[in-house]
Amino acid sequence: MSLIRLENVRKIYQTGEVTVQALKGINLDIQKKSFVSFIGPSGSGKSTLLNLIGCLDKPTEGKVFVNNVEVGLFNRAESAAFRGKNLGFVFQNFNLIPVLTVYENVEYPLLMLDHLPLKERNDRVLRLLEKVGMTDQKKKYPNQISGGQKQRVAVARALVTNPQLVLADEPTANLDHATAFKVINIMQEMTNEFGTTFIFSTHDPKIVGEAEIIYTLEDGAIVNSEIKKEKK
Amino acid sequence: MKNLIKIAFRNLFRNKRRTILTSSLITFGVVLVIVFGGLAISFKSQMVGILTNTAMGDLQIHHNGYVESIDNLPLNLTLSGTELEKVEKILSDIPEVASYSPRIKIGAMISNYAQTSNIRMSAVYPKMENRTVPEFAKRIKGNIPNPDEFLKQGEILVPENLMKGLSLKIGDEIVLVATNKDGSVNAITLRIAAMTENVFGPSGKDGYMHIEDAQFLLRQDQPEIVEIAIHLQRYDQLNKVYSQLKQSSISKDSKFEVHTWEQLSPFASIARIVDLLIIVVKFILISIVLVSILNIMTMSVYERISEIGTIAAIGTSPRRILSLFLIEGSAMGLLSTVAGIIIGLGILWIMNISKIDFTFGSMDLSLAPSIPASEVLVVAVIVMIVSLFAGLQPAYKASKMEPVDALGHN
Repeated sequence: MSLIRLENVRKIYQTGEVTVQALKGINLDIQKKSFVSFIGPSGSGKSTLLNLIGCLDKPTEGKVFVNNVEVGLFNRAESAAFRGKNLGFVFQNFNLIPVLTVYENVEYPLLMLDHLPLKERNDRVLRLLEKVGMTDQKKKYPNQISGGQKQRVAVARALVTNPQLVLADEPTANLDHATAFKVINIMQEMTNEFGTTFIFSTHDPKIVGEAEIIYTLEDGAIVNSEIKKEKK
Repeated sequence: MKNLIKIAFRNLFRNKRRTILTSSLITFGVVLVIVFGGLAISFKSQMVGILTNTAMGDLQIHHNGYVESIDNLPLNLTLSGTELEKVEKILSDIPEVASYSPRIKIGAMISNYAQTSNIRMSAVYPKMENRTVPEFAKRIKGNIPNPDEFLKQGEILVPENLMKGLSLKIGDEIVLVATNKDGSVNAITLRIAAMTENVFGPSGKDGYMHIEDAQFLLRQDQPEIVEIAIHLQRYDQLNKVYSQLKQSSISKDSKFEVHTWEQLSPFASIARIVDLLIIVVKFILISIVLVSILNIMTMSVYERISEIGTIAAIGTSPRRILSLFLIEGSAMGLLSTVAGIIIGLGILWIMNISKIDFTFGSMDLSLAPSIPASEVLVVAVIVMIVSLFAGLQPAYKASKMEPVDALGHN
């Protein structure tokens, strides 16, 4: 069943007199519960594609559907509400909120949802912290934990609202190899356990191997798609 | 909202040194307003108290045209017996009026038989005068066992400067010479009962005599009252009673005019300057708060662009981002105001204990500064409103950021 559908999507950036075609007519269909990777060199359009799917940006042309909803038509407040309910994000620089503890960082997206009882909120946060192995660090602040731990917290935060889709832009770029594998494995486990679709972009060829489906981008176009692994 | 407040407060203390420095500046502004306000209000009320309670009364009633008359102390603009009764009836019906004192004001010559000088006399009923200007007795130098009888018939109170100038002492006889409204010159011999300090300064030559002696001096069958000084139960009733008297038949039949002390005394302009200074200090506070909060919130937004992108990406609505930064600005205003009020009131309390005595003109003032709760509330409300206003632009900017641009910012 299709979760994401892109129809002839173009994205053009205008910087002064310079026009950059970041995406050139992308057509894409990603099924639910997939573990997908976008690879390609810098400037190939990976981040732009993730931003469009994540309702963080709008296409210049074409249509982006997430869960059969055309997200390009949303206004800013609608986009924020849609992201809060349906999407999770993992960033290259972890992007945890420095004034909140590990527990509070994971809890934060739930606070943006209306009327979620305290007990359910508490249960969800603790369950995810346990899944990513951060329960004993829950009272620490981001500056008191390692990069790998931060990214595990970020994964928990991305999953806490039970989103159908988690987007991760270069999630392992700032991690050492072993930690990067751990984070990717956690993401994989979550896909299997919660049925969440994970889409991540990466440069790292070893990490790419962990994805089920790999889309290769070059100069704003998908030049190759490959099914690497059967679903576990 | 609870969580936004929690995050806002924690954000404030991210950069403790900067927050404390900025808060200190706002706190200093609040302390300045409270201490200056306390001192100024105390100075003003002391000054007004001395003027109204030792000489002028809170309000005065005269015959129409008296105040603006081209003559000094005209004797033809007086209240007849019937008119006086009418005024007395109206005054007795106003519960806020504590007392009143009819006066005859005379421009006269005073002589010690060798030298002569001019003097401005107030002829009064001592008991009524003492009730109307209750602090006056304190400015009398001499043996006055009962303030209600500070003056008897045949006696005069002479101002200190004339006592010195005419080499007079208490108990001496003087001759008072005056012209009545018909132009006839008359004289009366009076004994000096005591001398008075003049509230209007060393150049003032204001003496007091009994109203019945004035009747004799001016050859009046009935006392022809020139002025009625009124003392109110409380000073804050001034405008209310003034309006009441203006609307009563006293003013309506256009024979009488009513004035507050402010309309009659040049010292009222000093009181107005004091009020103006308080407003200026409040403007300084507003400027301090505006610049401080605007500066710190603008810095805060620029430092946290990537974080704004993150919270927007994970579902925080633009409205909540706006609220977050507004709460941060307001929280800083609130904390600084509370600190400023506590420190300011503490300083006023210490000043109150140690009493500040000084002389302003010829008025001996003892400042016991205090500030009304309403004034403290006004200061708090000003700071909060300005904090909110100052935080608005940076908060709006934060809420309008596109998440994709903000996330890409390093």
